[in-house]
Amino acid sequence: MNEESLSAPASKILAGLLEARTGQVISANRFWRIETALKPIMREYDIPDLDALVAVLLSVESDDLQREVIDAMLNNESSFFRDTMMFSLLQKQVIPHIAKERASSKKLRIWSSGCSTGQEPYSLAMMFAEESFKWKDWDIEIVATDISQDALNYARKGVYSQFEIQRGLSVERMLRYFKQVGSTWSIKDDVRSMVRFRQDNLLRSSSDLRNFDLVLCRNVVMYFSPEARHQAYHRLAQALHPGGFMMLGAAETVIGYDTEFSVSKDFRGCYERRPAGEPLAIRA
Amino acid sequence: MKKCLVVDDSKVIRKVARHILEALEYDVDEAADGEQALHYCQETMPDVVLLDWNMPVMSGIDFLRALRTIEGGQGPRVIFCTTENGRSHIEAAIEAGANEYVMKPFDRETLETKLQLAGAE
Ligand SMILES: C[S@@+](CC[C@H](N)C(=O)[O-])C[C@H]1O[C@@H](n2cnc3c(N)ncnc32)[C@H](O)[C@@H]1O
Repeated sequence: MNEESLSAPASKILAGLLEARTGQVISANRFWRIETALKPIMREYDIPDLDALVAVLLSVESDDLQREVIDAMLNNESSFFRDTMMFSLLQKQVIPHIAKERASSKKLRIWSSGCSTGQEPYSLAMMFAEESFKWKDWDIEIVATDISQDALNYARKGVYSQFEIQRGLSVERMLRYFKQVGSTWSIKDDVRSMVRFRQDNLLRSSSDLRNFDLVLCRNVVMYFSPEARHQAYHRLAQALHPGGFMMLGAAETVIGYDTEFSVSKDFRGCYERRPAGEPLAIRA
Repeated sequence: MKKCLVVDDSKVIRKVARHILEALEYDVDEAADGEQALHYCQETMPDVVLLDWNMPVMSGIDFLRALRTIEGGQGPRVIFCTTENGRSHIEAAIEAGANEYVMKPFDRETLETKLQLAGAE
């Protein structure tokens, strides 16, 4: 028997734990990644192999260890203005459209769900900062959430490596919105303070993440099981005003799922929460 | 097909850059220093210049300043591609007329978006 098949049951348990907590599925042919992802934790706690790690997880009531293990198995990849075209669509069309609807209240609420290390909500913040003359008397709220505490800590700091900073960010924005600290780049306070970070599991319902005009949930549900994806779409729809918009990642869609969304005719790649006829959209 | 001139004194870097750029369907030519690059541009103005900073004979920034003064030299989109990663260098490059700036090391995806951002695609 080779080592891989020996550790297969442990990998299966860990993948099961990940799916139960986050909705993310790791297929069997990618189980090898689990060990790679967990190596640093095992080294830190002097745990020899995955079997031993599972044994520890099952025998010690350690929420911290469990959280660390799950965090380490999540894919946090992100970049600034990921899929540049989608962000110009937001800046040039979707946000101006929503702003017109909200012209009397002058309030805009945006949710970046699965924000990872912060590049996505900070890209949004930079977009608004860039047109500050337009938004002077507006109340713009950008709420950014993720299940991963590690990712959120990183996001809150807003300090990026040279590799991260130049992925997707123009040199002009880099110079304007970041300070260089040694070889890293730190986001300036006025942009940082535009984003509110908090922890949230997309698969749990929350009563206060509601009334958004725009929700970004990009490159998150693509790793989910179909059931979890369905649940997530429902949650995202609940968070939107009727008529509000959702933007998914370039490789994701709601097509094929029975959801409260319809494909936006005006904005390619966006979904609109259907305004009426929704049992859950009844107003008191 | 857009023409891209890769200016770098390292043969290896030129080769790597050529490889990436050809996959993006650029027609690639090479120069080993700023002076060679300037002569090249006086003959045929490229659409894009990928430019190293430190080179013998004539540096990238001196080349760029000279390029921007010759006839047609406003046209090319110039992307610095260098190990110089200090803010002052980056600002000086932009001041001299660079359109984008890539800090080495970089990967294919980074260069690809930077080309897009520079309006070179
Ligand atoms: C690949 S990143 C995408 C980041 C960013 N949205 C982007 O497109 O660049 C996916 C993020 O989703 C988070 N995530 C995974 N499952 C989640 C869940 N159930 N609830 C909230 N966030 C989750 C992960 O922690 C990770 O940071």
